[in-house]
Amino acid sequence: MTIAQADSPALTTLAADPQLQRKPRTYWSMALHSLRRDLVTMIAIAFLAVMTVLSLLAPAIANGIGVGPNDTNPDNAFQQPYLGPYVQWRTGQDPTTAPLMLGKSGGVPHWLGTDQLGRDQFVRLLYGGRVSLGIALAAAALTLILGVTVGTVAGFFGGVVDDLIMWFINTSVSIPGIYLLIIVTAMFKPNPITLTLFLGLLGWFGTARLIRGNVFKVRALDFVLAARSVGSRNARIMFQHVIPNSLPIIIVNAAIDIGSLILAESALSFLGLGVQPPTATWGSMLNRARNLIFLRDPETGANLALHLLSVPGLLITATVLSLYLIGDGLRDALDPMMKNIR
Amino acid sequence: MARYVIRRLLQAVPTLVGVSVIAFALVYNSPGDPILIRTFDPNITQETRETLRRQLGLDQHWALQYVSWLTGVTLRGGAVVAEFERSDTSCSFVAWLNTTFCDNGGGILRGNLGTSIATNQPVWDRIVERMPATLQLGVAALLVSLLAGVPLGVLSAVRQRSLFDGSVRVLAVVGNALPSFWLGLMLILFFGVVLGWLPTGGMRTVSLTNEFDPVDRARHLVLPAFVLAVSGVALFSRFMRTETLEVIRTDYIRMARAKGVAARRVWFVHALGNALIPLMTALGPAIFGVLSGAVIVETIFSWPGMGRMTFSAAIQRDYPTVLGAVMFFSLLTIMGNLLSDILYGVVDPRVRLS
Repeated sequence: MTIAQADSPALTTLAADPQLQRKPRTYWSMALHSLRRDLVTMIAIAFLAVMTVLSLLAPAIANGIGVGPNDTNPDNAFQQPYLGPYVQWRTGQDPTTAPLMLGKSGGVPHWLGTDQLGRDQFVRLLYGGRVSLGIALAAAALTLILGVTVGTVAGFFGGVVDDLIMWFINTSVSIPGIYLLIIVTAMFKPNPITLTLFLGLLGWFGTARLIRGNVFKVRALDFVLAARSVGSRNARIMFQHVIPNSLPIIIVNAAIDIGSLILAESALSFLGLGVQPPTATWGSMLNRARNLIFLRDPETGANLALHLLSVPGLLITATVLSLYLIGDGLRDALDPMMKNIR
Repeated sequence: MARYVIRRLLQAVPTLVGVSVIAFALVYNSPGDPILIRTFDPNITQETRETLRRQLGLDQHWALQYVSWLTGVTLRGGAVVAEFERSDTSCSFVAWLNTTFCDNGGGILRGNLGTSIATNQPVWDRIVERMPATLQLGVAALLVSLLAGVPLGVLSAVRQRSLFDGSVRVLAVVGNALPSFWLGLMLILFFGVVLGWLPTGGMRTVSLTNEFDPVDRARHLVLPAFVLAVSGVALFSRFMRTETLEVIRTDYIRMARAKGVAARRVWFVHALGNALIPLMTALGPAIFGVLSGAVIVETIFSWPGMGRMTFSAAIQRDYPTVLGAVMFFSLLTIMGNLLSDILYGVVDPRVRLS
């Protein structure tokens, strides 16, 4: 094997042709690369992106359909989803049902049907998505800020500071969180902002524990010692060295956190404790539908509220599932050890 | 061992003190008023409400209320023995402090959780009344999650990267993401309403004779226990899969294989025993999960347990009941964690409990 000289023809051609040059691979580009090959995670990300965009565009979509989230139409309560009949109409299988439904709804296509007040479920789901996703995102940001700060401080300083913080965390987590949330929300009757605060303030303990554990590990590494030996201050070491080293954990944790927060928010709304009506959230829509579980069509005997019971829950499940899958995918992608195995 | 248990029990004391402070601070800083909710009747005058409030001590500084909740001793400015002296409360006026001390014989330090504002029952009686239902549901759910989760996890490790393994892993993630309230609704709709196989809620069929009917009880238990068990199944199957795969990489398993032990025997005799040991550590979180899930499951299935009681107490602003329930749940959580640590030490001789 010969060692290529700097002026060797091979190197000259390499330098001349940008096509042949390989970009330097950093930790993040490698992670992105392995993430791109992870089909499940990519599907989850795509689903979540679509949900987010649809939620953001909710007012425009509602305008396009021609019905607001709280527009009632008592004459058209419990209309079944228009989607199926529409497809059958367009494919020529059933030319009557869809136009009849349109006539009943005043020309408005209720793609996912209407609820007991004749409100459009599709539009309400989109608006509910804004509330549910928005609250979960904001609360997750809060849990991350609190968790990372407290966890880093506890892990970095150790000693009494750590003891005190850990005592507080261990105390707080010995009360099942959902009970605390129920008590707080039942008594405070929150609006979206206070609900976000409650979820965030009661949700950071796990993150702090994770970060603390990692900081303990990082703190003992040589580069921290090196930074200290050249006179770096604590704050600089924390922000420049310790926190960036926790970033993979923070990112993975964030995805799973958002999912759990959506679940918590929906559970509270389902119990009637979340954001108050008429604002739609996925959980509160299910709460409404819950009372309609026995409702049947007097003629056909079919369950009238099936679409109201199934779709919001399906949406919660799919969204949370996506976030958990993204968390898992990110964990694999961001774990340098995994790469050696593959 | 005994020393370890005692030390852990002592460690639980500051935790419980912390829990009591946090719970108390939350409850007493909340807006709203238990009196106003109970006396919604417009005929009740403002003065009556004030008197009620005073009798319950709701007009006092929160620190004084906290002390009274802990010890059962209430401090009152001035000579007000006559106003607060009752059959169950003895009061005495200390002149040089210009304060009346009232002792109602309660206080959580003396094991008395106080009296419910909503039902006038002792809180402890309410908990005892509701506990069996939650216990029954929780134990059933825990058993289901162990009996389903552990075999699923082990088998999916045995058949790593097979279709079975893939589906178990998918099920575990989905099981975590499924909102229990929605799963419960769907199961009620399908098995209760559409098929009519199982009851849609409650703990038993109400009958005049009130006879104990095990079949009826079991039929009522199936759906709630299943819903409550789902996240546990997910937890245990994931846990057992990882642990089994971990054990299978160890040298003694390689040794067993090398000397020609049959594959089945390697998995289920050599590996399983050691893989089951860390399961004890998952028991604490599982108990915690069952307690947390109970409130939702009990609400959907109208199960007359602790979770539903806490929920309605919070809505009624029944402070003593809410606080009592929180203390009780924290105690259960702490005990669950302790139990799981002790069991771990018992089954794994390498673990030194010290």
